[in-house]
Amino acid sequence: MLKIEARGYESKFWRYASPILALLLTGATSGLIFAAMDRPPVLTVYTFLIVPLLEQDGFQALAVKAAPLIMMGVGLSLAYRANVWNIGTDGQFTLGAICGGGIALAFPDAPSLALFPAIVAGGIIGGMLNGGLVAWLRIRFNANEILTSLMFAYITQYLLVYLVTGPWRDPEGFGFPQTALFSDNALAPRLIEDTNVHIGVLLAPLIAIALWVMLEKTLLGFQFRVLGQATRAARFAGFNENRLVWVAMLISGGLAGLAGVLEATGTLGQLTTTLSPGYGFTAIIVSFLGRLNPIGVIPAGLLLALTYLGGDAAQINLGLPNAVTGIFQGILLFYLLGCDILLLNRIRWVRSKPKAA
Amino acid sequence: MTELLVAFLVSTVAAATPLLLAATGELVAEKAGVLNLGVEGMMLAGAIAGFATANETGVTTLGVLAALLAGTALALLFAVVSLTLQANQTATGLALTIFGRGFSALLGAGYVGIPAPTLPKLHIPLLSDIPILGPVVFGHDILVYLSFAILGAVAWCFRSTHLGLILRAVGDSHDAAHALGYAVLPIRYAAVAFGGALAGLAGAYMSLAYTPLWAQDMTAGRGWVAVALVTFAAWRPFWLLIGAWFFGALMYLSLYVQALGVAVPSALLSALPYIGTVVVLVLISRDRRLIRLHRPAMLGRPFQARA
Amino acid sequence: MLVRNESIAPGPLLAMTGMTKQYPGCLANDQVSLTVERNQIHALLGENGAGKSTLVKMIYGVVKPDAGEIVWEGQKVTVPNPGAAQRLGIGMVFQHFSLFEALTVTENIALGLATAKERVGLRGRILQISTEYGLPLDPDRVVHDLSVGERQRIEIVRCLLQNPKLLIMDEPTSVLTPSEVQKLFVTLRRLASEGCSILYISHKLEEVRALCSAATIMRLGRNVARCAPAEKTVKELAEIMINMDLHRPTPRPPVASTAPPRLVVDRLTIRSHNQFGTDLKDISLSIAGGEILGIAGIAGNGQSELMDALSGEISAGKPESVLIDGVAAGHMGPADRRRIRGCFVPEERNGHGAVTTMSLADNAFLSGYLRGALVRFGVIDKKRTFVFAENIIRRFDVRTTGPKAEARSLSGGNLQKFLVGREVLQDPSVLVINQPTWGVDAGAALAIHEAIMALAQGGAAVMIISQDLDEIFVLADRIAVIAGGRVSEPVATRYATVESIGRLMGGTSVIADSSAEMAHALSDAR
Repeated sequence: MLKIEARGYESKFWRYASPILALLLTGATSGLIFAAMDRPPVLTVYTFLIVPLLEQDGFQALAVKAAPLIMMGVGLSLAYRANVWNIGTDGQFTLGAICGGGIALAFPDAPSLALFPAIVAGGIIGGMLNGGLVAWLRIRFNANEILTSLMFAYITQYLLVYLVTGPWRDPEGFGFPQTALFSDNALAPRLIEDTNVHIGVLLAPLIAIALWVMLEKTLLGFQFRVLGQATRAARFAGFNENRLVWVAMLISGGLAGLAGVLEATGTLGQLTTTLSPGYGFTAIIVSFLGRLNPIGVIPAGLLLALTYLGGDAAQINLGLPNAVTGIFQGILLFYLLGCDILLLNRIRWVRSKPKAA
Repeated sequence: MTELLVAFLVSTVAAATPLLLAATGELVAEKAGVLNLGVEGMMLAGAIAGFATANETGVTTLGVLAALLAGTALALLFAVVSLTLQANQTATGLALTIFGRGFSALLGAGYVGIPAPTLPKLHIPLLSDIPILGPVVFGHDILVYLSFAILGAVAWCFRSTHLGLILRAVGDSHDAAHALGYAVLPIRYAAVAFGGALAGLAGAYMSLAYTPLWAQDMTAGRGWVAVALVTFAAWRPFWLLIGAWFFGALMYLSLYVQALGVAVPSALLSALPYIGTVVVLVLISRDRRLIRLHRPAMLGRPFQARA
Repeated sequence: MLVRNESIAPGPLLAMTGMTKQYPGCLANDQVSLTVERNQIHALLGENGAGKSTLVKMIYGVVKPDAGEIVWEGQKVTVPNPGAAQRLGIGMVFQHFSLFEALTVTENIALGLATAKERVGLRGRILQISTEYGLPLDPDRVVHDLSVGERQRIEIVRCLLQNPKLLIMDEPTSVLTPSEVQKLFVTLRRLASEGCSILYISHKLEEVRALCSAATIMRLGRNVARCAPAEKTVKELAEIMINMDLHRPTPRPPVASTAPPRLVVDRLTIRSHNQFGTDLKDISLSIAGGEILGIAGIAGNGQSELMDALSGEISAGKPESVLIDGVAAGHMGPADRRRIRGCFVPEERNGHGAVTTMSLADNAFLSGYLRGALVRFGVIDKKRTFVFAENIIRRFDVRTTGPKAEARSLSGGNLQKFLVGREVLQDPSVLVINQPTWGVDAGAALAIHEAIMALAQGGAAVMIISQDLDEIFVLADRIAVIAGGRVSEPVATRYATVESIGRLMGGTSVIADSSAEMAHALSDAR
């Protein structure tokens, strides 16, 4: 039988090898699932992970998809390091888009130089509001942030549906549940002309680097790391746990809000009833795949972005439902978490158990 | 007026049933010290497995059985990663939810919008015909009565049996239980599997009785509400029932008021159960003493036997 | 009465040879032998870390030996798990009790009984055994409401219900008051006379001499001697146990009584944040510069609450209830108290005093960043932090590969030296240490004691909170006792005796009249 034995220290090798092993296992397992569904496994995995990159503008599409995932994943890395389990980033994303989108709709004619920063600020504040509410409920009332943040995700989604089908509905939209298109002044600046590669693609890695510096080099970052690993030690050192919960929720909420407002003004150009294709949960996987390290989140965000594009490619080329993305993501997170046992333990084959007395 | 009242009571009980089933399962897992946040995923897997099986075979009982197995299988997946491989239970539960959503969406892609055989309502001659009492008490399908029976059995098990005592002990101190020679991991596996089976049942109730159709993400957060219910009940079985009925009523009301055409927009009314969850969670959690007194001390903590 | 099987095989009850257990980086047991005769109270004697606990855990099936032979009643056996040990007739009372806080006494005991048959009429049998052996217990109380002594009784009753032939007791008196110890000895002697052998693990020499008819002495994972303890003096036993002439730190000159107080606690009263904790009631004391005050007491009498209130981890209520160098600090958090030169070493090293998964440099930074000025504009000065950690390692002889080593890679003694060093090198005017040498080897304990004395010599006010009376008598200038959340009036160490302090540790009823008791203690000493 297999036996788990503690190493007594953390293996440097497995710190980096474990996510790679998880990826390989995920590929193999999804291949098996495809085979079970009577699909050619190699071709399907190929379609899923390689084909999107071969297409024209494949890398641009990837970068645009990855930008919100990286922003949200970075925020979550910080929060999870401090044991703040924000799983409702979808809600913060949505409220950010609503707040920023509201400004865009209210002042379509304002000059771009003033309007766009205001929209971005509105988005960040919207995300922070949602995140801050979760922090307040946890600190003031001891309410579990896992459940409250997720409930807010449902609540903001219904708020979005209400606005888009009600007061904000485009009167000239033939009754479709969507707002009017934002004015050009309100759109996120493009990095490349005539593409939808917007400023968020540049911002995402910059934010990741900034938060990495914060986490690794500053006293505030140190406080986060201590709080996550030993609450009592944080108290002993005099770090204010409540303040850190606030900071974690405001940063992760604010970044999700930023991602939301950039998605609305950079990619969609209006508000519709479905803003987030499950970014909230995907960002959780991004943060874990990136080892809760903001720099690691960058490649992780790109990879998970690829699974979205791969889902589309598999749907178009092979007629697979794009729910495949969800399965792939779920399996990946399972393997990521499971493989981490190799950090502190080695697995050994033991022949047989000694007989009982 | 009576008709309204009967409709209200009947619908409340129906809406409460999946919550009660899933929450009872989660309660057992949590009492043993395992926080499984994948209830939503297990419910969805149960819903599609039940729906697909009933649809293919035409036998609802087989559908219910399949749902039970699907929920258990997913729970065991969770157990391997979080118990044997000692991964963070919160994160593993999220993985289970993500996986369950994807899995059910993939499997259900071919079943959207087609009907399936529905779980029949029980009809007991005479009893079911009693006005008001008849439909409210005797007019449900078998899963509703099963959910009560299971809750009662679980409550009795915790209160009066050695098995229940062992479960509570493992959730209170796994190290002490281990020192006394109890096999902590197998006990937790069993508790988690039981929770998964009930979540699967809850899913089957959704797709075979409550809204006998398959739709992607049809549980719409009920799995999470079930997790919240366990905290709301402060890990006391009887309070689960109260909580489930409360949310059942809330869900019914949010639909009913819409049907009445009240001026409040329907989207906002739909948010009502979720707002209710937050409010109730806040109300109960602020009593830190109550939570501390009843919360299993080992909840969410990984166990590693030192050899 | 315990009913025994009378067909007794000849030879010893338990004979173990060649017992060996290797842990990563530590050979805990190396070819250890142990023989326990029938009807014998047998001592297993050794310092902390000598390997006693590992040995008995192998007997009880909690730890699997790498090599060695266990012969039980003449038969070679293996003990794969505690259940097997119980079936053989071995019962064990652990040092850290394996009890379930949220369950009742009866439920706790029921969990220790394997078959439904044994659980029939359990409540009545608990009452019967507890009265018969002088172990009073209420079967319906929930464990978290019980005192440490009561908890130990649950474990003993649980073992007795299984009619054991061998009862293993791991450091049973470390949590008991002196009078509880006497009662326990009566119970143990009676059990031995009725045919239940007892393996008594301890490092307390007086106790072993009073109670045990044979002793096996261990040092550094090996047998060093087997003897009849009553035939040896305490000093002789101690020398076998630690194999060097008993060191004591060199005594210091007495503190001038005119030195101004540096730490003042004034009517400190707080409710415990822990639901199973002890409330602090009206604690007043003051410590002068250059002075060491020892706070003696049985675990769980408010020590951790006192520590937290002094360090600022919990608020001490009014600002004036804690004064550090005359500054009202009761409302301050730990960081602000460090700014005014208050430093602290908590009892628990892992996860409280240190983050085990972080490097020693990070751990040096943890409490040292303020007084060491290791942060500039919010950014960590890694170089200075590294130098600070290296300094601690060098000055306090911490055995490690360097500041980059993870804290968990250190032995308990080395980590404690690092944590004490971290605070001492911050040049505190007030230092409070909870259990300075808990679970630490003798060499490290001596180094820590010397560091504490040197610090006081340099003019700091030092408070040590300790369960170890020997330690308190060695270090402290004055001794106070904490019991039931109250602290007695301190007495000068030269007027105090172990008996007088021990009596104060007894409980709240004694403390209620502490001044009279103290006068009595003083006259006793004279």
